[in-house]
Amino acid sequence: MFDNFDIYLDRILLGLPATLWAVFGGIGLTIVLSFAAGIGLLSPRRWVRIPVRVYVEGFRGSSEIVQLFFFAVALSIFLGIPLAATPLNALMIGIMVLGLNHGSYGAEIVRGAVQSVPRAQHEGAVALNFSPAQRMWRVLLPQAVVEMLPSLNNLFIQLVKGSALLSLIAVPEMTKKADELRAIPAFAQDLWMIYLTLLVFYFVISVGITWIMRLLETLAAARVGRPIPSREKALARGGAA
Amino acid sequence: MIRFDNVVKRFGDLTVLEDLNFSVTPGEFVCLIGPSGSGKTTILRLLMTLEKVTEGTIYVEGRPLSHMDRNGSLTPADEKYLREARKTIGMVFQQFNLFPNMNVLRNVTEGPIRSLGKSRDEAEQKAKELLELVGLSDKLTAKPGQLSGGQQQRVAIARALAMEPRGMLLDEVTSALDPELVTGVLHLLKDIADSTDITFLCVTHEMQFARDVSDRVMMFDSGRVLEDAAPEKLFTDPDHERTRGFLHAVLDRA
Repeated sequence: MFDNFDIYLDRILLGLPATLWAVFGGIGLTIVLSFAAGIGLLSPRRWVRIPVRVYVEGFRGSSEIVQLFFFAVALSIFLGIPLAATPLNALMIGIMVLGLNHGSYGAEIVRGAVQSVPRAQHEGAVALNFSPAQRMWRVLLPQAVVEMLPSLNNLFIQLVKGSALLSLIAVPEMTKKADELRAIPAFAQDLWMIYLTLLVFYFVISVGITWIMRLLETLAAARVGRPIPSREKALARGGAA
Repeated sequence: MIRFDNVVKRFGDLTVLEDLNFSVTPGEFVCLIGPSGSGKTTILRLLMTLEKVTEGTIYVEGRPLSHMDRNGSLTPADEKYLREARKTIGMVFQQFNLFPNMNVLRNVTEGPIRSLGKSRDEAEQKAKELLELVGLSDKLTAKPGQLSGGQQQRVAIARALAMEPRGMLLDEVTSALDPELVTGVLHLLKDIADSTDITFLCVTHEMQFARDVSDRVMMFDSGRVLEDAAPEKLFTDPDHERTRGFLHAVLDRA
């Protein structure tokens, strides 16, 4: 029954580098866009706020898969330039769409977290005559990061799973590689094994990201002098209530 | 030093300050007393540019605070002008407003380094002197969350002093403290007031402190100055029945 398992595993592993590039490239771009757009949403200047709002609503409010086809296929035809002709180009387009799409969600996370920092902190910074940029970078953001990490963790895991969509624009990532096995009739009865293995791969990547994010949460909480309650304490409190 | 000229402050339909006129001369220690909601804290918040006046003008050292002179006409102040205006004034808050992401020393040095452009060495030197003055030399690396309320307020006082303000605003600085910590903080403030020529504007419910330390006391009621007198006069022989009633109420409670 497991005769061909090695073949399947090798095949999926062949797609792992592209998946990891897509995931970590996408997360990198998501972080940059989340902060840039999240801070932009808080700008007192309308000419900053309005275009940022258009970006956020545009990417958050439309389908990720349509965005992918738009940039990889439709735009190529419209411009007459094959934007996603090689696997590398397709991967770059994929990273861009993953980043743009998840960055629009991240922007709202960053905005919300900055707004959740008590107003007194802002006022303390004004009383020390900080510039608006100093208030943001030295006082508000370091405290807001603690609030935003759990939500960003969620977002990154969604991005991991979303990276499978890149198989549809011929990026040679894990799902694409697994799909290719489907074309071979001899493997048909092992499809469950192939896809279960694939699921496990995505799961392991997600668990890895969660582990990193938990670590960052602990570090960030310690930085603002707020220890994360340990699991036992949280349970004890819950039990007492 | 500070002059309020026909200042009106409204929040929506609510008038908090009504046509307020008063001035404070350099080096004076002025206490603002009166019932909650009478507009005392709003005065400090206006001076710290945390709020904007609805009408009228506030002058600090002769400069209008909220408006700048542009080619002879007054226009609303931009951020650059506000930053210049804030240089003169420091503020200590009821809830301390220390930055939890920085240790005690950084809380005190961050302002001088970032907005006065001091070198780190110079700022740390000065901060250590000030933290010694407030009795917290041994807490330089502690985070605010590890300190008692009284200690946090001492750090906040050191932090405000580090900005070398010529005017200090104290907004009910002992109201959030446990009773046994109040006296220490008040003593500290009195020492600072006695040993510097900083102008103080102090909102407080500590009547004994107001009486001991201030040169002048202003009694507020419903957004107006009801009475403005030397502490001896105001506390022993007030002109208004309302002042007498307020003092009775506050002193009976204590």
